[in-house]
Amino acid sequence: MSHPSVVSPGKPVALASGVHWIGALDPSMRRFDIILNTANGTTYNAYAVRGAHGVAVIDTVKIEFADEFFARLEAVCRYDEIRVIVLNHLEPDHSGALPELMRRAPNAKLVLSQRAPAILKALVRELGTEPECTPVGDGDVVELGGRTLAFVHTPYLHWPDTQCTWLEDEGMLFSGDVFGCHFCDDRLWNDAVGDFRFSFDYYYQHIMRPFRAFVLEALDKLEGLAPRVILPAHGPLLRTSPREYMARYRRLATPELGSGGDEKTLLVFYVSAYGNTARMARAVAEGAEQVRGLRVSLFDLQMSDVAQFVDLIEEADGMVFGSPTLNADAVKPVWDLLSSLTLVAVKGKFGAAIGSYGWSGEAVGLIEDRMRGLKMRVPLKGLKVKLNPTEDDLERCRGLGRELGAHITGTARRRVVDIAELA
Amino acid sequence: MPKASVTFEDIGVTVTVPAGTRLIEVSEKVGAGITYGCREGECGTCMMKIVAGAENLAQPSVLEHQVLADNLAPRAARLACQAQVLSGEVVVRPG
Repeated sequence: MSHPSVVSPGKPVALASGVHWIGALDPSMRRFDIILNTANGTTYNAYAVRGAHGVAVIDTVKIEFADEFFARLEAVCRYDEIRVIVLNHLEPDHSGALPELMRRAPNAKLVLSQRAPAILKALVRELGTEPECTPVGDGDVVELGGRTLAFVHTPYLHWPDTQCTWLEDEGMLFSGDVFGCHFCDDRLWNDAVGDFRFSFDYYYQHIMRPFRAFVLEALDKLEGLAPRVILPAHGPLLRTSPREYMARYRRLATPELGSGGDEKTLLVFYVSAYGNTARMARAVAEGAEQVRGLRVSLFDLQMSDVAQFVDLIEEADGMVFGSPTLNADAVKPVWDLLSSLTLVAVKGKFGAAIGSYGWSGEAVGLIEDRMRGLKMRVPLKGLKVKLNPTEDDLERCRGLGRELGAHITGTARRRVVDIAELA
Repeated sequence: MPKASVTFEDIGVTVTVPAGTRLIEVSEKVGAGITYGCREGECGTCMMKIVAGAENLAQPSVLEHQVLADNLAPRAARLACQAQVLSGEVVVRPG
């Protein structure tokens, strides 16, 4: 059965009694936020909800699409009817039309999450005044007259400010970026548009994955609502089998190796030109293997795809990177992997660096700096060895492996040092 | 110079420091899990939990108070880029 377009220029799309889609289509978008490819564009979904006492606008659109948004909004209500503007997420693709909306609807109250006011202040500087707003959290509601908007605090999905809005009488969840995707289809509904499964997963992998612990916390709250319809801020509107999308998020966010009991994991990665760094890496792994409760894996970084290692790192408790120093730098395969780790949560994981060098050995320090930048713990000073490691050097590598393993398994002895001893 | 000590619980290391040292000067050198953003007390990235010895830190500035409030910080939280150890023992962990 074919489905016709439901989107016409200047016209809102009715979703339920008094509930309209007033967003915009962006079919020509091909790269979003620098990091995302979009095979067929995206949508900026904004909504209007009418109650007996006025209208709530939920999110806006990217500034380039403000005219479309205002045309649809004006077909739904007068500006003086707008009582509240709900901001589920303040990123500019959803708040682009906000300053103009605030000018046109000066009596509307801004409702946003408790983490949002500081971000809002920086976003609407052009207004010249600090905006008044009402921060809300779990359990807070806005009465529209005969229907109520309730708020669900879902931080870090994928900004600190993110929240969801719940319209109970219709069973509609306005979810912000959660359950969204970059997929533009003017048939809007998930049972009418083309196959967007890859876009849904791709969006999760690039936007939500680094925050998967927060995803699981949010799902605990949102699944309990059992929404009839999920209305995300991008992509198709999910009216058919909305629970399937929640279940998909839960599957994607649940650790795959989480059933291993207390066993911890350490990954030792290396790149080696003449075998020296490889020998050091093997020695680190040997030392770590002596630690009870630690599963150690050793990988030559040049022999596999970065994406596979990123998956392993997401589940690991610690990592060692071995790199020779070439022209005062770590080598490219190491940087390729280290620059791919923003896709996964590595904060708090343990790390260490080792490497053989010819002249100066900068690689170790540079890798340590990167790991700290990724919010990892780097409790041990890295080991660098000029050219061929001696048996003493390899024993120091084994010692590093043992000590790092002890940190990972929580059995490290406590140390007392003077600040003067620290480099 | 009077000495104080800072224990980083997450890595099990205690560092003796001269009185007046800021946490940021120690935690990075020792490899603790406290991480930094702006390093100027504005972003709140380096929020940490004071497990013990909060009274041995200099009082937070007006700016630090504000940033902690903006970030809905719990009572035992401080910003590592701002907190200065004055004396005695302080025990911290990443926030």
